[in-house]
Amino acid sequence: MQNEFVLSKKSEFAELKEYIDSVKNSQGVTMQILQKAQGIFGYLPIEVQQFISDETNIPLADIYGVVTFYTQFSTEEKGKHRIGLCLGTACYVKGSQEILDKLADELDVKVGKTTKDKLFTLEATRCLGCCGLAPVMVVDEDVYGRLEVTKIPNILKKYQ
Amino acid sequence: MAIFRSHVLICGGTGCTSNKSQLVKARFEEKIKEVKLDKEVQVVGTGCFGLCEEGPIVIVYPEGSFYSRMTVEKVDEIVDEHLLKGRIVEKYLFKEKAKVEHAEEHKSLMEVQFYSKQKRVALRNCGLINPEDINEYIARDGYMALGKALTEMTPEGVIQLMKEANLRGRGGAGFPAGVKWSFAAPNKADQKYIICNADEGDPGAFMDRSVLEGDPHAVLEAMAIAGYAIGATKGFIYVRAEYPIAVRRLHIAIDQARELGLLGKNIFNSGFDFDIETRLGAGAFVCGEETALMQSIQGNRGMAKVKPPFPANKGLWGKPTVINNVETLANIPQIIINGPEWFKSFGTVKSPGTKVFALGGKITNTGLVEVPMGITLREVIYDIGGGCPGGKAFKAVQTGGPSGGCLTAEHLDTPVDYENLAAVGSIMGSGGMIVMDEDNCMVDIARFFLDFIVDESCGKCTPCRVGTKRMYTILERITQGKGTLEDLDELESLAISIKNSSLCGLGQTAPNPVLATLKYFRDEYIAHVVDKKCPAKHCKALLTYEIDKDKCTGCTLCARKCPVSCISGTVKNPHEIDQEKCIKCGNCYSVCRFGAVQKN
Repeated sequence: MQNEFVLSKKSEFAELKEYIDSVKNSQGVTMQILQKAQGIFGYLPIEVQQFISDETNIPLADIYGVVTFYTQFSTEEKGKHRIGLCLGTACYVKGSQEILDKLADELDVKVGKTTKDKLFTLEATRCLGCCGLAPVMVVDEDVYGRLEVTKIPNILKKYQ
Repeated sequence: MAIFRSHVLICGGTGCTSNKSQLVKARFEEKIKEVKLDKEVQVVGTGCFGLCEEGPIVIVYPEGSFYSRMTVEKVDEIVDEHLLKGRIVEKYLFKEKAKVEHAEEHKSLMEVQFYSKQKRVALRNCGLINPEDINEYIARDGYMALGKALTEMTPEGVIQLMKEANLRGRGGAGFPAGVKWSFAAPNKADQKYIICNADEGDPGAFMDRSVLEGDPHAVLEAMAIAGYAIGATKGFIYVRAEYPIAVRRLHIAIDQARELGLLGKNIFNSGFDFDIETRLGAGAFVCGEETALMQSIQGNRGMAKVKPPFPANKGLWGKPTVINNVETLANIPQIIINGPEWFKSFGTVKSPGTKVFALGGKITNTGLVEVPMGITLREVIYDIGGGCPGGKAFKAVQTGGPSGGCLTAEHLDTPVDYENLAAVGSIMGSGGMIVMDEDNCMVDIARFFLDFIVDESCGKCTPCRVGTKRMYTILERITQGKGTLEDLDELESLAISIKNSSLCGLGQTAPNPVLATLKYFRDEYIAHVVDKKCPAKHCKALLTYEIDKDKCTGCTLCARKCPVSCISGTVKNPHEIDQEKCIKCGNCYSVCRFGAVQKN
C-alpha cells in the first residue's frame, strides 16, 4: 500500500519499524507499539495500522479493535493545540461543564473535534488528578486552574 | 556524605507541578547558590504533601515552616530572610482557613488542622523523601521488609502474617490481600505473576498516583514480597498513561532497585528472582476491573471475562496471578516490619488500618488525607477538610466514584469502613470523596455518572451496554424538564436488572449513583418531573432568568453580552428579559455586577 501518506512519511515509518523489531518477540506488545506509533505520527491512520499489522502478523481487525477501544488512541489528525478540559467529578461539581460549553462556543467546534483552521482540538478529559485546582484545563503542556467562564477568551488568545 | 543544616522540601506531585512548583524549585536552587548557601542548605523535590489546595507547598526544616501557594517571586525573600538570617517569613506561611483555635499562630506542618487527625501509613514517605533517590527510601527502613521476608520467613509464613493483619483491598472491594495470596500460592505453574493495579480511573481519586509519585519503592518492595509469598518471579505495574510523572518515577525506581540487586536475580542471596515491568493504559475505566486489566496487558481490548476462573487460578496468559491495588501494596512493607498487631491497632475490628481519601469538590481543603478506618465522615469533611467554602450549606458527599453513592448530612456521623458505607447505600471504593453543596443538583450528578458509565462500558454484555444508555436517556429527559413520575419507576427497575445481570463489577455497580440519589434525594427528582423546577437552580432548561427592577442600574452590560439580544432597556433605566427569546445561557447572570439578574 504505497499511497501518498506512506510516501511522505518514510522516515517515520522507518522509526516505527525499528521500534517494532526491538519489541516484537515479547508478549502482548500491541498497546506499546500503538502508543509509540501515536507518539511518532500524532494519530493512527489506517495506513499506520496496516503497517503494524504487516510487521507483527497481528490481523488488522485486531489492531483496529484495540485502537477504537481506548480513548487515548485517535484515528483523526489533531489540531496544532490540544485543549483538554477535565470533566472529572471534582471539576464537574465546580462547574467545568459551563467552561466546556464556553470553549465549544468560542471555538465553534464540537467536543472531541478539531477546528476548521486545524488550530485547536477540544477534548473533555477524565480526571487529571489536580483536583485542588478545579476546574482545570490543559492546553498542550500548560495547566490552567481555578477557571472561570470569563477567563476563557483571554486564555485562548494566547494561542491564536 | 554531606551534612546540611537546613532542608527545603518542595512538592513535585502532579497538583503542585501543575501549579509550577518546578519553577519555584529551580529558583530556590539558583538563589541558594547565589548567596553561597548551597553547602549548607539542600533543596529536595518530594512527593505529594496532601494539601493540594494550597500548592505549591514548600516546607523548610528543621523548623518545619509551612509555606503555601508559593510563587517564584516569593523565593528570594524566603532565602534572604529565612535561610540566610533565620527569620521565618510569616506573611507567606500557610494560614488556617478552617475555624480553629489559635489560627493566627505560626505552626509547623503536622500541627496544622489538616494533618492533626491523620495517620500516615501508606503515605508515610510522601512529602518526606526524594522519590527519585532509593537511598532516601532505604534510610526510612526501605527494603527491610523484603529482607526480613526473604531471609527470616517462609512464603507460608508471609501469607499467614498477611492473613492475620487482615489488610483489605484498598481498590474498593475490600477483599483481604492475604486470602487472595493464599489462593494463588498452592497452584502449580511454570510461571506466576503479580500485578499492581495502578489504573486509577475513578474521577476525583488520586491517592494511587500520589503513592507512585511520592514513594514508588514501597510499591516495588511490596510486589517482590507478594511474589515471594506466592512463588511469582515476574510483576507488572499497569499504570494510567495520564500519569506521566508517576510513570517516570516508577522507571527511575525500577532501574535503581535493579542496580542495587533489590530486583532481579537472587535477591538478598536467597535464590529468589523477581523483576517488574510497567505497562501503560490508554484511557479505559473498565481496565481497573481485574479481568479487563489482564486483557489489556496482553494487548487486547480491555473487556471483562466471566469469573470463575479467578485470576489466582487462571490469570495473565492463563497463569496464576495476584492483582493488588497500589495503596494495598504500600501498606505491606510496614505490616511485615511491625507485625499484624501493630496494623490492627488502627481502624476497626473488621477493617483494620488506615484509608487514604481524596477530598475534592466543594470543600475548603482539597487534598489527600490518610485517616484510621472508623473515623466519621464529619471529622473528615469538617475537621480535616474545613467544610464547604463560601458559607454554603453541605448537601451530600459522594464516595466510591461512578460505582458508589451519595450520602447526606444525616450520615455524617457514620464511622467510615467497608461495611458501614455499604449499609447506607454507598461503597468505600478507591477513596474518592467529592463534597457537594446546595448549588449542586443531585439529578444532574446522577446523569453525570451515567454519562461516564455509558462512555466507559466495554460493550460486551447487554445489560451494561444497552441498559445504562437507557438510564442515561431517562435522566437527561428529567434534567430537561421532560420527565414523568413513571420515569422514576422505570429508572429503579432498570437499575435492579442491570445490577443483577451485568458481567463485571462496572455494570453491577453502575446504577448505584442513581439508586442512592433516588433514595436520599427523591424530592429533587419529584421537583424536576412534577413542578418542572430544579431546586439547586442548576438544570438550565428548568431555569428562568429575571431582572430585579430595584437592583438594576441600567448599565446595559447584560444587554450587550446577550447573544440573542433578548434584553431590552435604555441607559440608567431597568432592563427586561424577553422570556420567549431567552436561550438561558446565563451570560447576563454572570456579567451583572449588581446582583440584579436572578435565577429562578
